[in-house]
Amino acid sequence: MKSLSEIETTSKRASKAAGYSWGIAEEVGIGVGTLELFGLEGIKNLNEYFKSRVHNKFENLDLINKNNQSDKFPYCPIIFGISFLDQVKTLEKFDKIRLSNIAYPLLVLPFLSRSSEITGKRIHYKFDKHEFLLNFNVKVFSKIFNDKCPIIAKNVEIIFLENKDNFSEEDWKSLYKLSEETFVEESDSLKKSAAGAGLTDND
Amino acid sequence: MKVKLRDPNIIMKLSRLGSFHQSKLSFLRSFLEEFKDWEYKKDLFDLDENGFGIAIYSFKKKDRVYSLICFANKINNDERSDRVIATKWDAAFTLYDGVPSKLDIERLKNEVPKQEVGRLSYKELTLSRANKSLRVFDHVVENLSSGKQPDLNILDKVGYLYRTTAVYGSGKFGLEMMLVYLVRQFTFDQVNHVAKSKNPKIAVKLDNVICKNLGIGNSTGLGMAPFIVNHPTLLNNWILSREIALKKIREIKKVENSKVDLFKKSLRNSIKNITSWNTESKYQLKKINSLLTNVKKTIDFLEKKFSFDTEYPFNTIYLWLEKETCDECIEYIVSIMMEPFDEIVKPLVNQMSSEEEKYFNIPTNRTIEDLRNIIEKRYPNILKINFNKKENIKNFWFISKNKEEPRYSNRFEDKGYELEQPLAIARDIKKLYEELIISKNSLTIDKFLSKNSNLRHVVRRAFIIEKFPYAEIQDNTIAENVVPIDMLRLKLSFFGALKFDPRSDKWLRICMFQGAPLPEELRNYDQQWVYNF
Repeated sequence: MKSLSEIETTSKRASKAAGYSWGIAEEVGIGVGTLELFGLEGIKNLNEYFKSRVHNKFENLDLINKNNQSDKFPYCPIIFGISFLDQVKTLEKFDKIRLSNIAYPLLVLPFLSRSSEITGKRIHYKFDKHEFLLNFNVKVFSKIFNDKCPIIAKNVEIIFLENKDNFSEEDWKSLYKLSEETFVEESDSLKKSAAGAGLTDND
Repeated sequence: MKVKLRDPNIIMKLSRLGSFHQSKLSFLRSFLEEFKDWEYKKDLFDLDENGFGIAIYSFKKKDRVYSLICFANKINNDERSDRVIATKWDAAFTLYDGVPSKLDIERLKNEVPKQEVGRLSYKELTLSRANKSLRVFDHVVENLSSGKQPDLNILDKVGYLYRTTAVYGSGKFGLEMMLVYLVRQFTFDQVNHVAKSKNPKIAVKLDNVICKNLGIGNSTGLGMAPFIVNHPTLLNNWILSREIALKKIREIKKVENSKVDLFKKSLRNSIKNITSWNTESKYQLKKINSLLTNVKKTIDFLEKKFSFDTEYPFNTIYLWLEKETCDECIEYIVSIMMEPFDEIVKPLVNQMSSEEEKYFNIPTNRTIEDLRNIIEKRYPNILKINFNKKENIKNFWFISKNKEEPRYSNRFEDKGYELEQPLAIARDIKKLYEELIISKNSLTIDKFLSKNSNLRHVVRRAFIIEKFPYAEIQDNTIAENVVPIDMLRLKLSFFGALKFDPRSDKWLRICMFQGAPLPEELRNYDQQWVYNF
């Protein structure tokens, strides 16, 4: 089995050889490592994308808008991913970003995952029939595990999910009430003596 | 009194970094301290009469066990090479997490001798190989099997029975040190075993005092140099720990007599480390001679012209060293200054690792003005270099296609500069700066990067250096006058290597654990062993 370090280094060098700058190649190395760690086909997709670049043209999307349409050539997933990462503080104001026609959409995922960590918001990434929930660059939820990822995604949506509780107030209250059963009712003397800190914070 | 940390623009120059010496912060010394109360055992020693076979050594504490598995093999003399590219070695080793089963040993017997080409599991933490120093090993066998101890003059010239040609780990420097330490013990056991097999009735064992004075050699090439550049926050944390230790020592107003005595004793005893430092390198010989002269001068100063009753004595000594001695001597004595101050050094040992991925993201919402200010503050000397001059861009770093190892070559004479590795940080920082001064101050980094992706790697570095001032070599690593072994020496000093012996400007030999306690002595060993062998 290949080590993570081998995966990152080889992906980095291959990206440089494919024509990207060293700085971008470093990002790709980390990204493919992340995909493989999550059990997704990073090496396979990167390899196929680089092979397809030999005969096909791709468009670089340097400045991302709310809606992005590429009519002529599919977007390059690496440049899109890096632009998204770099511009994420601006992009999160849009809530939802749409784009059409992007190549090897799986390769965008690690950049979105890091963006989720930077913004502190979960990101919902959808392309065609596939959906991912990216949780702060710690976890990825998806049903794609055994599916083959498309080479070109026609319709893509990236949604910043506002941080909100994943449960009802009623559920919370009920659970909290139960947790209170671990508390001790304080007598007056305990109120004075049991706290570790002093009774005033003015010293 | 508050002493400032030393200026990174001076300390991070290659000539200064190439003058660093081992200290109490070095990994092999902190490893011994960490494992001194672990139970050491020789679990298996199954070698034939020629010393070929398998041996296992372990360190154990409660339910934690690390086992060194050694595979000693027969190789022909013409197959023995110091180079990292060799494919056969006298012995191959792995440090196993736990107690290996018979199945593990069988599996590893096929994989470990192949080294990089072999495949290991998550249980194998480090990997290494070593070759005999034939002249010493054969001499020792010959003498022991005749009932005599070997000639110390021959041993002193080399300092070890085996030298490793690579030690691989997963960033776990302490465990790499454990591997090397146990390999050292294997070399003693193997030489005794071969001598006894040769002449069972007469053979004697290698004297323990002689064993202690032997270490493990190592040959190191350019592979270590990119490591220093590619791990900026780790480099910072190593150097910063050393700098904090020095600062705190200089800030001590009154030093206890026992600590003064320990410092003076270590300094005096260390003289023989210098006089027994053998090399044929003119470059290193010059440095050693200067070091010896200056250390003697320092001892003379301390004995005749200095009183430790002075307030802040180590600050006065340090300032004197800066004024009166050379880089090699300053750093040598800075290391010795740490000897009496466990209370300062020990907490710093735990701060020498780094979570590098935390600092990988570029803060793209910041501005050109921010970035320019960082570069002006952190790279003032680099910005003065004229990269239009041939001598300042003479060399380039690349990865050899057939060997997959880093190389350093002349841009104007050799092929391949278009495949240059991103290790010319000084040149690229200057390039970035030139682009920044023609960019709008308020422009944010994301916009700048969308038009300047070729500079992304140095934009990332500049933001790292903002937080980690000792993260960058403050020198031009592609200049005509660069001595690449300075980069290797910096790293090796943090390993705890002694007796740097440059074999060219691109590779060197060193010795590790020379003078270190033997495993049975670990529970109560001399902390200053490095100066007392």
